[in-house]
Order: sequence, then C-alpha cells, then structure tokens
Amino acid sequence: MGKLDGQVALISGGSRGQGEQQARLFAREGAAIAIGDVLEEDGNRVAESINDTGGQAMFRKLDVTDQSSWAEMVGDATEQFGRLNILLNNAGILRNGSIEDMTEQEYLEVIQINQVGVWLGIRAAIQPMKEAGGGCIINTSSTAGLEGYPDSSAYVASKFAVRGLTKVAALELAAYNIRVNSVHPGPIDTPMTAPPDIPRRADGEIGVNIAIPRFGRADEVARMMLFIAADATYSTGSEFVIDGGLTAGRTLQVGD
Amino acid sequence: MTWASWMGQVALISGGARGQGEAQARLFAREGAAVALGDVLEEDGQRVAESINDTGGQAMFQKLDVTDASAWQSMVDETLAQFGRLDIVINNAGIARVKLIEDSSLEDYVEVIHVNQLGVWLGMKAAIPALKEAGGGCIINTSSTAGLEGYSGLGAYVSSKFAVRGMTKVAALELASHNIRVNSVHPGPIDTPMIRDPQIATREPGDVSFNGPIPRTGHVDEVAKMMLFIAADATYSTGAEFVIDGGVTAGTMIARLED
Repeated sequence: MGKLDGQVALISGGSRGQGEQQARLFAREGAAIAIGDVLEEDGNRVAESINDTGGQAMFRKLDVTDQSSWAEMVGDATEQFGRLNILLNNAGILRNGSIEDMTEQEYLEVIQINQVGVWLGIRAAIQPMKEAGGGCIINTSSTAGLEGYPDSSAYVASKFAVRGLTKVAALELAAYNIRVNSVHPGPIDTPMTAPPDIPRRADGEIGVNIAIPRFGRADEVARMMLFIAADATYSTGSEFVIDGGLTAGRTLQVGD
Repeated sequence: MTWASWMGQVALISGGARGQGEAQARLFAREGAAVALGDVLEEDGQRVAESINDTGGQAMFQKLDVTDASAWQSMVDETLAQFGRLDIVINNAGIARVKLIEDSSLEDYVEVIHVNQLGVWLGMKAAIPALKEAGGGCIINTSSTAGLEGYSGLGAYVSSKFAVRGMTKVAALELASHNIRVNSVHPGPIDTPMIRDPQIATREPGDVSFNGPIPRTGHVDEVAKMMLFIAADATYSTGAEFVIDGGVTAGTMIARLED
C-alpha cells in the first residue's frame, strides 16, 4: 500500500536533481508519474528506470515557458494515465549577476522559467484537477523567496513571486478542493547548486554558517513533497521551509 | 516511516490528556514510540495512557503543570526512569482566554503567558540535557496562526504564540550543534475542546468562525500527522514554521469577479 496509490503526478523539472527524486519517491508510493523537462535524455532515463523497477512513468519534453507545451504535457499525462491529481512545479534555473551588471535579457530568462513557468503550470493543471474532484499543487520556491541574496536579483524576485502566487492560487482554487502550497528549500545538493554558485569547503560540506552544517539532500525535499501531497490535508497557501535553519536567524557569538 | 524504525524512540507530550496532544500521543504510539503524557487533567491523561497500553502501545501519564520548573524536572526524570531515554518533545499545552486588552487585568494576561510561553521555555530547558544524552532529538512547539497574525480579543494568546514562534528559532540556532531540531507548528481552527469553549466558539462545532478557504475546522489527526512528519522525516528543517490552517493566513478572500 503506497501513500499515493491510484494518483497521477506531473513533475516539471523531473529529469534530475530534486524533481528526479520526487518522481522516484512518488512512483514508489504508487503514483503514476509524468515527467516534463527540457533535458530529454535524462528525463527518458529516469522514466525508463522507474518503469523497469515496477513503477509507472512517462517522459515528455516540456518547456515551462511555453503555454502550448504545457497543454500538450497535460494532454499526454491525462491520456496515458487517465487523470491528474498532483502537480509539482519544480523546474527552475539559477543565474548570478549583480543588478548593475545583469542584462534585461538575463533577468527575464530567469523570470520566464521560474515564475511564468509556474503560473502557466498552475493554469494548465486546473481543468484536469477540477475533473478529478480536487488535487494538490506544490510550487518550489526557495529560501530566496523568504530573504534576499546579493547577485541573485532575478532568482530572488522569481521565488518571492512564486511564494505570493501560491497564496492567490490557494484562495482561488480551494472551492475546487485543490490545495496549493510552496516549498522553500535552502542549499540542496543538486546539479543546479553545484559549484561555483554556493561555496563549498574542500571536504564537500557547505561553506556558509548554517545551523545544520551540511547541504540538504534531494530525497529530503521529496519526502516533504510527499507529506504535503498525502497528509497535509488542512494546509493550503502555506510555506514549507527545508533549509537546515538558514532562515531561522543568525548565530551570534555568545560567551559561555 | 516504518514501525520498526520508531522502536525505541521516546516522546514526551505536554497537554497530552485531550485534544491535539491526545491525538499526537495515539499516533506516535501507533508508530512505535513510547509516549510520556504530561497534563494538569489527571483523569483524562490516565485514561489516554491506559487506552494506549491496552492496545499494544507504551505510555505513561504524570501530572504536569507546565508553569512549574520542578514539575518539568520530575516529568523528564520519570520519563527517563520508565523508558530510559528522551528523543522527542512536543510542547502542546496551551490555553486561550478571550478579553479585550482594555478589559484585561494583569493577572488575565500573565496566566496565558505563563502556560503558553513560559511553559514552552521551561519544557525546552528541562528536556535539553536528556536530548543531548540521546545524541540528538526533536522539539516541536505548538504555536498557532495567532503566532503569525493578530486576532482581536486574544491579546495574551497572540503575544504568547508570537513569542513561541520566535523562541523556537533561537532554540534551533542554539541546539543545532547537538543534533536537536526545533520547529514550530501553527494550527488554525482545529476542532478541539479548547475552541469549543463557549467563549471562543461563535458557531456550531465543526463550523469555522474564521473565513478560511478550506471551509471546515481541521482535525486533530491532521495536526498529529504533521508532528509525525516533522519528527520522523523533516531531517533538514529546523527553526521552520509549519502552518496547518485551512488557508486562513494565505490572504483575504476579497469579493470574487463573477464568472
């Protein structure tokens, strides 16, 4: 008995990193998985490996900035698996650069993927979720949706926007029994956060001062997504933080 | 989380005699933890502990006044004597009193602060040595949506719950190096004896006097499942706020455009 038996989950950015772990965990819990990503080779590999190990998965190329690509993605997922219950808006990119030096084009590239991509994903999922009698949307924001970081204006802007958008969607969709929540990961060890964006010490541990002094793992984020999808039945418009204590505050020097 | 992996874990739950604490005790016991219930309600607490023991679980009850440091000490000592260790503390005991600031006496205010706020501080303090001894652990403090936004007539309650939210983050920072995670949970309207109090309930039980997007009160089991997730699986979250409020704090339902 899985926690998601009979459910269908669409995962954007599911070809690697956090999305891949979400796909694998949700499949193990009994859900059929539709993976969408621009990385076709990786995505096909993940779907095949899920199917080879007794799960149910499909991959389709998805450009989250393209409305018609979302329509085709949702169309394929519902055609193949019959319904849609869960959407994990997980696709995202990180580009660093100061406001002064970044071009408008660079800024908008991040906004298109991280922010407009989530808005389009929510829109595409609403109709099939209404037909399913309800559903659960989880948007991957970030601690960058809770506090600022230098040289990350586009990323921070997009993640704050996702945090706000999530609450509006929660209010608009509650009447259809669709819950919408945001997840706020801190430094998670994935290809996106690989060097040089987040400092790492020589031993591979994290180089910033944080209460739990290590990178988080993608499977820890996946377990949070599973909790929200399966068990957080009275939470909507909420922010789920998984950041090793990064945003808890600052550790000051206190004499013993 | 499999049953086997919870074998040997010990959870102390304040306010465990009824309401949210009772549901947490029953769920954690079903998952294999030994549970120590502390509460001022002795009869209810004994009944919950017995019923857990009668159904194959492990539980004990001891009278606990959370405002009394020595009561906390003997609660922790008794837990260690009976179950050998302490891994999880759920600070759940709380009271609500409805009164405008203008009409409140100092005693009204301080009563709530002592139970809801000082009680959590004392609970953390009493548990720290035992959690260190166990090599780490998890503290979960029950704040409220009243720790996120204000409600008229609940000045003391809101003060105490904001304080718990802040203290949780300080404890998370101070205790991380001992492998102790500390998080707060923020329930909205949950159907418990506390909100059925005629002072607070303005409508029928099961109805919500707040205008939340999910149009019902939450169940104590839903809060208990969140506690279980935090204790068992939220291994990279500390100092975080877990909101379970049916969307009450998501925003305000302003008038919708007609379709």
